[in-house]
Amino acid sequence: MTFRARHLLGIEHLSPQDIVTVLDLADRYVDLNRRTMKQSDALRGMTQINMFFEASTRTLASFELAGKRLGADVMNMGVSQSSVKKGETLLDTAMTLNAMHPDLLVVRHPSSGAVNLLAEKVNCAVLNAGDGRHEHPTQALLDALTIRRAKGRIQRLTVAICGDIAHSRVARSNLILLGKMENRIRLIAPPTLMPNGVNEFGCEVFDDMAKGLEGCDVVMMLRLQKERMDGAFIPSEREYYHRYGLDAEKLAHAKPDAIVMHPGPMNRGVEIDGTLADDINRSVIQEQVEMGVAVRMACMDLLARNLKAERGAKASEVIV
Amino acid sequence: MIHFTNARLIDPETLTDSPGSLTVENGLIHAINAPAPAGAQIFDCQSLPLAPGIVDLGVQIGEPGERHKESFRSAGLAAAAGGITTIIARPDTNPAIDSPELLEFVTRRAREASPVRMHHMAALTKGRQGQQMVEIGFLLDAGAIAFTDGDHVTQNTKTLSRCMTYARSLNALIIAHPQDPGLSAGASATTSKFASLRGIPAVSPMAERMAFDRDMALVEMTGVKYHADQITCARTLPALQRAKANGLDVTAGTSIHHLTLNELDVGDYRTFFKLTPPLRSEDDRLAMVQAVADGLIDTISSYHTPADEESKRLPFEEAASGAVGLQTLLPAAMRLYHAGHLDLPTLFRALSLNPAKRLNLPQGRLAVGAPADLILFDPDAPFLLDRFKLHSKSKNTPFDGQRMEGKVLGTWVAGTRVYAES
Repeated sequence: MTFRARHLLGIEHLSPQDIVTVLDLADRYVDLNRRTMKQSDALRGMTQINMFFEASTRTLASFELAGKRLGADVMNMGVSQSSVKKGETLLDTAMTLNAMHPDLLVVRHPSSGAVNLLAEKVNCAVLNAGDGRHEHPTQALLDALTIRRAKGRIQRLTVAICGDIAHSRVARSNLILLGKMENRIRLIAPPTLMPNGVNEFGCEVFDDMAKGLEGCDVVMMLRLQKERMDGAFIPSEREYYHRYGLDAEKLAHAKPDAIVMHPGPMNRGVEIDGTLADDINRSVIQEQVEMGVAVRMACMDLLARNLKAERGAKASEVIV
Repeated sequence: MIHFTNARLIDPETLTDSPGSLTVENGLIHAINAPAPAGAQIFDCQSLPLAPGIVDLGVQIGEPGERHKESFRSAGLAAAAGGITTIIARPDTNPAIDSPELLEFVTRRAREASPVRMHHMAALTKGRQGQQMVEIGFLLDAGAIAFTDGDHVTQNTKTLSRCMTYARSLNALIIAHPQDPGLSAGASATTSKFASLRGIPAVSPMAERMAFDRDMALVEMTGVKYHADQITCARTLPALQRAKANGLDVTAGTSIHHLTLNELDVGDYRTFFKLTPPLRSEDDRLAMVQAVADGLIDTISSYHTPADEESKRLPFEEAASGAVGLQTLLPAAMRLYHAGHLDLPTLFRALSLNPAKRLNLPQGRLAVGAPADLILFDPDAPFLLDRFKLHSKSKNTPFDGQRMEGKVLGTWVAGTRVYAES
């Protein structure tokens, strides 16, 4: 057991051994989740607050379910509708919640670095559920688990990440994780959706999808936000689908056993062909969702263990 | 009458750094290297540098409108403690200083409250909106020292060219912020691998070059006196060199922060390092230092921009931009001196002489007849910067907790001591 982090703010702060620890534990939670009785008591008595400053259905549901299966008291706060509208700052909201003594704070925020800022001010474990275009660590971990279960390893693979890389926190966390685990990474996107300084990332960069997919083991598609399809970044939806949408024909350039991934929600017919997305022989998109719950359980379990260890003797002295 | 003896005289005009003495009488420098006159108060400088006080071009003060951030009093005290004897205040207040009445108000307030000299710039357009020209003539009569809309870049080139043409007829100086507003919209960092991995929206250094090129075309067209407030990118330097070589009446400044910090200092989203323009790459920083050494960049300023805690305790993209700098300008500049990049006369050419020359002020010189605005400092004195000890009401300094060298021991304005290190 090497996982010593206080918070999970990004993959950047994890060592390869930390990543393996999370994945190993998550594997066990996958088994638990497939049983009829899905309860564990890893977080029994603890309070988990999901603070989402940005709309989310899937990630929020996944974190909520993960917390509940571990026995935590889970509260969801859609902050965008409440006090922030009344002019309260992020830190005031956080301090208010902190005063209620949560043990785990799961935060999503539209600004890069907002979760780091918050973590400095509260005395519970903070999990980043996505901050701006910075990181989305649990997504990268669940992708890694999905790959490891499909391919039997998470090293020495050729992984293509395709789509709106410039604006994607999923892409950032994934390329950091896959890099740490010594994989070969290819970034495929039109140049307007490629981040600046991409040539220094240590990845191979392609704007031709067929060439980029050549010999890949894993194809990760990214969601293209509707507001970016209006001619500002790409000329049109149909041209994008034609050049960068994944279909059987383009996928034929990858290895015959290459798997197809997507963090969801999908735009069928924009970045991915609908039939391909549903092809159980190629697409692992549903597995990703399943792995999401298990990985989040593993992350929260590990952070809770560290939190308990940190609080040490005090926790056992609690008078009920 | 004061006789400074045993001093290391830093003369930015002759670029000399030599032992000597200096006599002050009636607020002016009366003699240099002359024997002490009878009855003069003798001040032993203990071989430390005595230099012309800094003329800090582009200081933001919160009066009117945001006095909780900085007042004329607090800015004046910070300046005196930082070796700045003349503050050139920015008009980007709330409301903007765009009428002679407002200018008279701030001039009076500053005179009452500040221990150092203050001059005021006026907005170039009403409310800094880039639409209507201000009363340049009346404002000049009321004492406006230059005209600038600060970081509001006038997008309409017709409006700007008319402002320039009108200013030219009155021989007024225009100070511009070269930054293409389209390219830089929403950006709070410079494009790089670092900004991309941090997920911070960023702007290409080319945005500065583009805006500077546009301005140079307009300067060529109108013949106006032009100063670029902050040049921060290596790519702008050839354009600046060309403009000067072509005989345009153009000068340029840079900020002490862009000379001493780079984009990586932002680290884990530290908002005290969020500046306008954003911090640049290390290559850019070194190019700026070289340009100051070569005299291509004329002035160094603090670009003192006070921000309250609330506006900085926000996610990076939402946080206010800017840093206070009055009290850290000199110690930060000493980093360049200790690193062997710039000697003291060259530094004071950019800190004191050049801004004074550009603004037609008699300050900035160690010459007989010049105002006795002087600072005595110890370039080697080390200290740990504690932001809460700064005189500024706002404490947003990027140098918080850092080891620095260079302490001001005394500041004199018109021969009167306004600061003594305790």
